[in-house]
Formats: sequence, C-alpha cells, structure tokens
Amino acid sequence: MTEIAVLPATAHTPARRPPQRGYWRNVLKRFLRDRIGLVCLMVLLAIALAAIFAPLLAPADPYRTSMIRRLIAPGEKGYLLGTDELGRDMLSRLLYGGRVSLSMGIAPIVLSTMIGGGLGVIAGYFGRHINMMIMRVIDVFYAFPSVLLAVAMAGVLGSGILNSLISLTLVFIPPIARVAESVTTQVRNQDFVEAARATGAGSARIIIEHVLANVTGPILTYASSLVSVSIIISSGLSFLGLGASPPTADWGLMLNTLRQAVYVAPVNAVLPGVMIFLTSVSFNLVSDSLRTAMDVRA
Amino acid sequence: MNMVDARDRGGPRQPLLTVEGLRKYFPLRNALGTVSAHVQAVDDISFTVAKGETLGVVGESGCGKSTTARLLMHLIERDAGSLLLDGDPVGSGGVSVRDLRRQVQMVFQDSYASLNPRHTAVAEIAFGLRVIGHRRAEAEAQARQTLRLVGLDPDQFAGRYPHEMSGGQRQRVNIARGLALNPRLLILDEAVSALDKSVQAQVLNLIEELKQRLNLTYLFISHDLNVVHYVSDRVLVMYLGKIVEIGPVDEIWRNAAHPYTRALFSSRLSMNPADRVVAPPLTGDPPSPVNPPSGCRFRTRCALAEPICAAVEPSLLAAGADAAHAAACHAVQAGSGHSLAGGMTHAA
Repeated sequence: MTEIAVLPATAHTPARRPPQRGYWRNVLKRFLRDRIGLVCLMVLLAIALAAIFAPLLAPADPYRTSMIRRLIAPGEKGYLLGTDELGRDMLSRLLYGGRVSLSMGIAPIVLSTMIGGGLGVIAGYFGRHINMMIMRVIDVFYAFPSVLLAVAMAGVLGSGILNSLISLTLVFIPPIARVAESVTTQVRNQDFVEAARATGAGSARIIIEHVLANVTGPILTYASSLVSVSIIISSGLSFLGLGASPPTADWGLMLNTLRQAVYVAPVNAVLPGVMIFLTSVSFNLVSDSLRTAMDVRA
Repeated sequence: MNMVDARDRGGPRQPLLTVEGLRKYFPLRNALGTVSAHVQAVDDISFTVAKGETLGVVGESGCGKSTTARLLMHLIERDAGSLLLDGDPVGSGGVSVRDLRRQVQMVFQDSYASLNPRHTAVAEIAFGLRVIGHRRAEAEAQARQTLRLVGLDPDQFAGRYPHEMSGGQRQRVNIARGLALNPRLLILDEAVSALDKSVQAQVLNLIEELKQRLNLTYLFISHDLNVVHYVSDRVLVMYLGKIVEIGPVDEIWRNAAHPYTRALFSSRLSMNPADRVVAPPLTGDPPSPVNPPSGCRFRTRCALAEPICAAVEPSLLAAGADAAHAAACHAVQAGSGHSLAGGMTHAA
C-alpha cells in the first residue's frame, strides 16, 4: 500500500508555523489597533481607578456640609470643582459617587448576563418546548419598557442600593436572554454541533465545548453595551428617590439635588451629568470596538 | 490488506448495514402549533450496505438523501423501520446508539460549517476521542496520527483554525474527525460536492486509499453522477423519499431501467460530441413531499406515465438481467398492467 502523500507546504506558508495564537489573543491584538476604543478604555480605567482610590484622591470629606460655602463655582479657593447646595466638595463627591454609579452599572449586568445568558443558551440549544417555556416568560418581562420595569420593581421592593441592584438585574435579564437565545439557535443548527452529537457526546459537553465558545463573544459584546444603560437607569432611580438615598454620593442623586441650583450654579449642576455621559459613551464605544475586534472574518 | 475486523460478526456475506422500512415524516405545524401536514422526507425505504462496498446514493436535492444519512446516524429519530448493524438491531436490545456512533461516522458537505470555528484541527478531531473516554493528551496524540493519515502534516496543521485552511484541507480534517473513532461505515454526505474539481479529485483519491487501508465501507451521497460512478460499487437512486432504482454501478450506467434514472443521466454532459441528448430533459420541480402524487411519485414528470401509475405504487423489483438490479417502475415490470411492460410471466 502506498503512503498517502502529505500535502506540501504552500508557498505563502512557512514550513513550520509559529504556535498558533489563541482566538482571544487575536481579539486583543485587533482591539489594540482601534484608537477610539483604546481612548475610551483609558477614560473608563481612569474613572474606575479614581472611584476605587476615592478615599486617597478626595481633597475633602464628601459628607461635610457647610452653610457658608454653598454653590461655590468651580476653581474658587481650593474647591477645584466647586461645592454643592449643602457646601460639600463636588470633586470629592464625584469621586465617591463614581463608586456607586459604576458598580450599579456593572454589577447588574454581570448578574443578568450569567442568569439571562444561561437561560438563553439553554433555551436556544434545546429548542422546542424548553425554548417555549423560557422565552415566553422572558417575553412577558420584555414587553415592559425597561425604565418603567425598573421603576416598578424598585417601587415594589422599596428604595435602597441593594433593591435597585435587584430590579436592574431583572430588567436586563430579558434582553440578554433574547440575544443569547438567538445566537445559540444559530450556532446550534450548524453542522459542527451535529458532528459533535454524532460522536455521542452529551448535551452538557457540547454546550460547554462547542456552543459556549461561539456565543460568549456576541453575548459579552451586547452586555457591555448595556452597562451604560444600567448606569443611566440607576441614576434615574436615584433621581426619583428609588435608588441611593441622601446623603450618599451618587451621580444620579447629585443630579437630582443640584437641579434646583441650575440657575445659580449651572456648571456645578451639570457636572454629575457630564460624568454619567462620559462613562456611558465610553462603555458604548468600547463595546463597539470589542464587537469589531471579535469579528474574525472581517 | 483485507484483514478480518475484530468487530465482524456475521462474516463477509452478512451486510454491514441493513435498513428496513425506514420512514421519517417531519410534522408541519400551523400557527397554533397543531400538526397540519407532514413532509414525507423518507418514506419506507429498504436497502443493505455490504461489507467493504461503496454504496452511492444519488438524487435531486430534497429527495431525502441527507435525511437518510441523519437517520442512519441517529441524529434524528426515525418514525418507523429498523436498522441492523452487522445483523444486530440498533436500538432496543441490540446495538446501543452509542455503539452505533462508534461504528458509523459521517462527513458533512460544508467543510466550513462542520468545523467549530473556535477549535483547532487537532482539538476538533480529539473531541470525539475524549468523549469516548480518552485523556486529552492521549486523544490529541491520536488525533495527530489521524491528521497524518488524511495527508495533513500534523506539525503544520494541528494548530490551525478552520479559517486558516483551504476547503480541501478542511474537508480532510472532517474526514479525519470521522475516522478518529475508527468506524466501520463512513457516511460521506456530499463530502466533495463543495470542492473545486482538482481538489475534489485529490480528496476522492484519498477516500479511495483510506477505504483500502482501513477496511472501510462507504455510503457515498452525491448529486454528481460522475463522482458516484468513480467511487461506487452499487448505486441507489432516490426520488421524493423513495428508492426508485438500485443496482451495480456499471449495470445502472448501461441499462438504467427507471425513467427517472434515465432522465438523470440525460442531464449529464458528455465528453463525446456524438452523444446527443435524445430524450427530453426533466422539466419543472419535483412535486411537494408534503403531498406527493398517488401511486408512482415520479408519474407527474414521467413521459411513460399511464393510469396504472397513478393507481398502484410500484414496488422495487428485479429489473434486467443482473439479479442485484432492481427498479420501481410499472413500465419495466411484466404483468404490471403498463402497456410497455411485457406479458404476465412473473407478475408482481
């Protein structure tokens, strides 16, 4: 019997290739080439670090009020960003506020990605009745506008940071589950899943080894774009008095209380909004770049 | 090189695979979820695959070739019928589905879609081995051997992702994945159809060599008659979920009995300018498998159709001199009542 000829190396491939880079290494390389994404990531990192190290960076106690130093304009005598309506140092409050606002942006999304993503993948993979049961329940929640749902939940559960975290998590489960279900359905119908089944592998193994690797990318991209929405809704909840309660430093809450001073000290009143805007836009652009970087065939 | 396989039970004369009365109807549901009709994808087909042979399966798209392959692999559940693997029934009591899948493997048509884009070649091949209980290192070492077997240098190709390989290379990886579990029967579902001609020839030669070396049996599904002629020992022609003709490849090529088979051949381009197409080619699409014609399913497009064809469904009976050659057509079955059929000697 003749030996089967081993395919020769083609001209453009070196005889021995270096060890293959993994998929995520490739994504990282492509992401680093994207300027906008990189700048936004820097901005996010700066905001996150500032929030984490707020106790070290804050020039003053964010809770110390002073009736004689109310609404000082930014840049005046030692108050870099001025003071709020109770004379508290704005810079310090913004730094501390970042802690609440960022965690209210990220924590609900992490939780709902795990729950919603899991439900969506299960619904998408098994299809039929299981899909029906899961997705119809999800659809009921999906039918409400997200802000309304969050307000209703927070209203039922009562105000407080933990309750608004729970209500935000519930708000983001349906959209993430939807996305997870649709990408899983697509992947599940591809031949390689059928080929894996043909080896006799069980569903759990196929989901873990074949499906998850192909759906985490799209799900994570979508989830990261929701972080900004979550920050905005949580700020909204605080604004309405359903989230963080005074005197906690939170961007949404600050926006609410400073609203009355908008004619007296417009710059001070706008600052928390600027922070919310900056953070959410950066998250959006980063997730955009991430999606581009993860598209292998582009 | 034809050593005896340790798994061989019934000897060379016992078919490796016997299919009896295989049927699959896909339900069509209306908006309320109730079943309104069925797509009769595969309707009551029976055939055998002998040990060491290549059985070609031809037919138009939608005739049930791929459904048959998936039924044989137990990727979809059959509605009726039985499968015997080397004499043992698959399913209740006999061979388990798990064992079936170790002995029967499949190569899919789309070389890109059938490989996980996030897996390297070696990981893809090793997956099946890990499923049956090998450790990762062991499975990957064996996978590298299998890569060499299909003509890919493991040092070069083991770490490649599907998008880093050409169509032919990917299809070799697919074949390697099928072979990794050391199957006895390999189902090749349009395995070379998507490749360009020169690569197709290479892969076909590889398939032929592997068959000899590994003592394999093939079920070769294709719509390309020339390819089927090249690789097959016997050919099975399907139309709308039914077998219309089956027989040794040369016999069918020379003396096709069924009008559909002849129409298929007349659609094939010839290298000889003297071979003019005489019979009119098939026109129109096949009827819907949801509501197939009564009697013979081909009668709506058949030039020889007569009232008997609408009334009675023809069965697959011997046609021509070769005993292994059978066709399901009233026109060639003596005593069927068709005007072209002969006398009443061996009536159905």
